[in-house]
Amino acid sequence: MTPTPLIEVRNLHKTFGLRPALRGVSLSVAKGEWLTLFGPNGAGKTTLINVLATLTRPTRGEVRLQGHPLTSDWTDARRYIGLVGHRSFLYPDLTAAENLHFFARLYDVSAPEKRVRALAETVGLAERLQDPVRTFSRGMVQRLTIARALLHDPLILLLDEPYTGLDAAASEWLSDLLADMVRQGRTILMATHNLEHGLAFCHRAVILRRGRLVFEARRDDLSPDEWRAVYRQHVGEQR
Amino acid sequence: MRGYLRKAWLIAWKDLLSEWRSREVFGVMAVFALLTILIFNFALDVAPLNRLELAPGLLWVTFIFAGLLGLNRSFVRERDQGSLEGLMLAPVDRSAIYLGKVIGNTLFILSVEAVTLPLFAALFDVSAPVGPLAVPLLLGTVGFAVIGTVFAAISVNTRLRDVLLPILVLPIFVPVVIAAVKASATVFARRSLLEESRHWLGLLLTFDVLFFTLALLLFDAVLEE
Repeated sequence: MTPTPLIEVRNLHKTFGLRPALRGVSLSVAKGEWLTLFGPNGAGKTTLINVLATLTRPTRGEVRLQGHPLTSDWTDARRYIGLVGHRSFLYPDLTAAENLHFFARLYDVSAPEKRVRALAETVGLAERLQDPVRTFSRGMVQRLTIARALLHDPLILLLDEPYTGLDAAASEWLSDLLADMVRQGRTILMATHNLEHGLAFCHRAVILRRGRLVFEARRDDLSPDEWRAVYRQHVGEQR
Repeated sequence: MRGYLRKAWLIAWKDLLSEWRSREVFGVMAVFALLTILIFNFALDVAPLNRLELAPGLLWVTFIFAGLLGLNRSFVRERDQGSLEGLMLAPVDRSAIYLGKVIGNTLFILSVEAVTLPLFAALFDVSAPVGPLAVPLLLGTVGFAVIGTVFAAISVNTRLRDVLLPILVLPIFVPVVIAAVKASATVFARRSLLEESRHWLGLLLTFDVLFFTLALLLFDAVLEE
């Protein structure tokens, strides 16, 4: 028997005014799978992630989490989801510790002190916990954003261009961290423009274009050259 | 219920702590209120005979316009930081976000009132017993924060938000202004609030409860849009 997918999206539509952002997207992600979402600007990647993160309600279609449809009350489903989006969601006037404690309490994290300290060490910010976020560099804010998204130990991690602002060493650190999370059974759905980062550890990749899923394959089914050709065909030249 | 209230308070506490660090909203509101009172003092010829009639109206006009500035800033800051999405992402009922914002905004406006009142009393040479005056001030301020918080959330994503907020809030707020001014006037005249302004206090309380309930029910849809 095929196991129930952790995330299942069926015929998803989302329209902003008259402009369709998603046009009948269907996909599923298994528990412990890393799915990368490629697509040019305006393809609908962020909209899809926002719908899965419960920030935006779909116009039509269905989203299921562990087999249960996400209907009007999404409050509990949010406990399973961590999001690293375009914005940090952090408060610049609060310290890193205050930000993490605030979100830990919103998510009812047990032993928040211990969890905040452990995550600060994981993201390499233990020495800066008492500093206001406004004094952080872009890369440090991104590290803290990742810590914020992991605070409640989410089952699903949604990442929208998570490598933005990270230097080469920090990018490598993030890739290792994400690969570790998948090994621990976490599920990752990551939207990116970067072919190298997107394919490094993923199990499967899909390409979204003008709100439609136009390509889907397991990473190992295609050689790196074939992936580059597919990417060029649907997305454009790698920047 | 305890968890719900705890999270609402957590959001209010976060707003208060951010404000304590930046002093962005309080500073703007307090300076605006003090300047308005100074301008009224120089522009109006308030004779001893009519100052008790004018004082409550001037006071509430000052509080309302200063409050509008603060309400606008509280959501603009969330939007600019993108932090509202962070709150929406949390497993928190969205009405708790609203309640937290109302608590924070009420405390901001009350603190500006506390700073403004002594100067107002000195410049206009009026005085009132603090206890009874606190009743219409509290009920009126809560009503203002209840309405203003919803409309600040609606207007924050529009280009005309600075103009839109007063246009949306003020017409709905008229009954509260009338009731709050009348009840405050009773206190300034040193008459019994409960005997002479019971109906105005009733109107304030009814407005607060009615609009607070409506806003709690509608805030999810407001954030969604």
